[in-house]
Amino acid sequence: MDRFARLLTDLIYTRSRNSKLALLADYLRTVPAPDRGWALAGLTGELNFPSVKAGIVRDLIKERVDPILFSLSRDFVGDTAETVSLLWPAPPGAVTPPPTVSEAVSALSAATRATAKPIVAGLLDRLDEDGRFALLKLATGALRIGVSARLAKTAFAQAFSVPLDDVEEIWHALRPPYTDLFAWATGAAAKPDITSLPVFRPFMLANPLEDAVLDLADYAAEWKWDGIRIQLVHAGGETRLFSRGGEDITASFPDVARAFAHEGVLDGELLVRGAAQGGEAGGAASFNALQQRLGRKVVSASMQAAYPAFVRLYDMLFDRGEDLRRLPWSDRRVRLESVVAGLDPGAFDISALIEAGDFDELADLRAAARETDIEGVMLKRRDSPYEAGRKAGLWYKWKREPLTADCVMMYAQRGSGKRSSFYSDYTFGCWTAPEAEGGVLLPVGKAYSGFSDEELRWLDGFVRKHTVNRFGPVREVEKSLVFEVAFDAVNPSTRHKSGIAMRFPRISRIRRDKPAAEADEIGTLRRMIVASAAG
Amino acid sequence: MLTSQKPPRWIKAEREGIHLPTIDWWIDPSRPATNALVTHGHADHARGGHGQVWATGATRDIIALRYGTPTGGRDLDYNEPLDIGDSITATFVPAGHVLGSAQILLERQGERIIVTGDYKRRPDPTCLPFQPTPCDILITEATFALPIFTHPPIEREIARLLAARAANPDRCILIGAYALGKAQRVIAELRLAGYHETIWLHGAMVAVCELYERHGVELGPLALMSEATREALKGQIIACPPSSLNSTWARRLPDPINAMASGWMRVRQRAVQRNVELPLIISDHCDWNELTGTILELSPEETWITHGREDALLHWCALHQMRARALDLVGREEDDTG
Repeated sequence: MDRFARLLTDLIYTRSRNSKLALLADYLRTVPAPDRGWALAGLTGELNFPSVKAGIVRDLIKERVDPILFSLSRDFVGDTAETVSLLWPAPPGAVTPPPTVSEAVSALSAATRATAKPIVAGLLDRLDEDGRFALLKLATGALRIGVSARLAKTAFAQAFSVPLDDVEEIWHALRPPYTDLFAWATGAAAKPDITSLPVFRPFMLANPLEDAVLDLADYAAEWKWDGIRIQLVHAGGETRLFSRGGEDITASFPDVARAFAHEGVLDGELLVRGAAQGGEAGGAASFNALQQRLGRKVVSASMQAAYPAFVRLYDMLFDRGEDLRRLPWSDRRVRLESVVAGLDPGAFDISALIEAGDFDELADLRAAARETDIEGVMLKRRDSPYEAGRKAGLWYKWKREPLTADCVMMYAQRGSGKRSSFYSDYTFGCWTAPEAEGGVLLPVGKAYSGFSDEELRWLDGFVRKHTVNRFGPVREVEKSLVFEVAFDAVNPSTRHKSGIAMRFPRISRIRRDKPAAEADEIGTLRRMIVASAAG
Repeated sequence: MLTSQKPPRWIKAEREGIHLPTIDWWIDPSRPATNALVTHGHADHARGGHGQVWATGATRDIIALRYGTPTGGRDLDYNEPLDIGDSITATFVPAGHVLGSAQILLERQGERIIVTGDYKRRPDPTCLPFQPTPCDILITEATFALPIFTHPPIEREIARLLAARAANPDRCILIGAYALGKAQRVIAELRLAGYHETIWLHGAMVAVCELYERHGVELGPLALMSEATREALKGQIIACPPSSLNSTWARRLPDPINAMASGWMRVRQRAVQRNVELPLIISDHCDWNELTGTILELSPEETWITHGREDALLHWCALHQMRARALDLVGREEDDTG
């Protein structure tokens, strides 16, 4: 654990990407198996100990440190694992040697709800501050130390001089501690063969179009559907649905999985039947409807009937064992059309191409799309291969302009991680009626992005100077600062007193010039709810 | 001891500082005052524009350096009682914070009040150690008043600094350290650890280092960074104010390892936010155990808590059944003097 703890500490204090890669590669090369494999799993977010929850760690520390002193400390530090690592009292008596990463992982894996607390406490007692920090990060999931899974895989590829694309390709078929992966990378074994396994392949993603104008002779246009992007895999007699991050969500959508038995890998948008997006002809309900079905481990028949799911297909990566990803998009599209023709039309359709004579006409169609609640337009280079990640120049997303409203800052909370100590999460509200007529502000949303670092420092200072009340970590501020808030849509909500919820709210401008009384009313936001989205 | 349950009427905590209303004297006022007692030379305690300034000789020299010679008042020795009117006596007692720093003991008709100013309990080769003084009311600082703050021994931090230097002969170590106090302490500790090479300074540090030497604090060979070539600075140690880390000034250095000497470095993200690669937990303030230990040691009838994380210390006092209250003083947010 010492080596891993030192690696995390060094990574936190290292800014440059190349230095981070060098630290990671050195660790992966020099630390023996299986520790390095478990560490790689931790760095890529592949470890999960279902019985070890953040709540357990909080309970443990509150048995050792006064709860109020802990919560004040946690608020200052902005990270529970770090706070606990700093506060954990050294146990009396002889010091036992620290556990190895593998030893810690097997102890945490063996934990049940009943034994998790003594197991975690026993491990913490054997570690120093840095070790406790590393253990708690491993045990409770996301490390959040500025190393993405992609960076860790890149470091692996560099450490052993193997192609990164190969690592990505086989990654999802392998399990920690990645014995096969290290065996292949160190030349001790052949590359694992995954062709007959139902595994996730990395998605091809789009870049924002910004101000570019494209020639439609080179680019095909499709609507951008507002569901969740999924990959549909059928191999070795099994069907799986994977989300954007490669998470297996088959259990939530048994209706879709049952309907697919064509050997291959398809890329599409998971939607629910309805008439919000694109009207009757579009046939898809709002994202709100799809949300009813997300994150469920068991889906009842009535739920499947009330919110019937289907997949609108975009692309095809494999067809009966044949890898199509090097073919141009137009060829893959032809193959996809022929496969879709043979699928159950209740569960699958194909994302239609938009007929537009030129880019200006496409712009007009996009502008009109708000009426039918469509998120925007996708542009795909007709000769583009299917490349993992966000390669420049191949695929573009051209979202519709966001909606905006002027809202008043009401509460602020400190951020986490890089923003710890800064008041960076803001709750803002709109008026129930004009202030002069006795209207009050009610919260309509919360945002923590859209401002520059310089604006963040200013906002942090504003919060500190205008605090009127404190509720634990939350500061209520003087209701004087207006934000122009941008958002993608307004949905009805029973969770909020204002009766509405914004989709993807972010601060688009700080309106220091605008008096709070001139901010928008809730009624204005309510009118932005697309009538059909309610269903 | 206190003559009644209520705080004495001859002392009052105002937003602008501690006020003695019967004679209109102030301690560390943030606004110009006719008579100011000043605990130490840091800018959030010592401001310009006062009429009479009463402080230790070193503190008055620091004030003269920053704001010009005060128009009135005089240098006071430690433990020399000063009669300031209305039967009130003020005595400056060593606080162990920086050169010249003092606690101020206020006495009137048997009532004893200590204003600690900023203080620490660790040994510091650049100033006299904190002198515990019995009192009825303790007015204490609370900069690091959270139990997460436990400062490691300074020898460990200096050893880490020297190890980083030894491991990177082609780079240099740039230490961000507050120009008054922290910088000189780090330099003096490096000398104690056996480091006798030239330490290179940012221009803003020179005058205070000279002032320390005039007051008898030996700092060894020092030179201006701007007088060295980039090549000559490889493997060297350079000190600058924290605000000069990552500045255009630092671009002349050979691939600097940014270090920072501050109690705030105990929290990883504070170091990351300042782009610090080598955080050194070196503080001129008490850590949590020293703050609470001092309160237990002096066990005053009442503790008043100034700038910092007063809520945690207030709660701790309540847990220990000690009377305490928080003062709301202006201009004392988290800063680089930590």
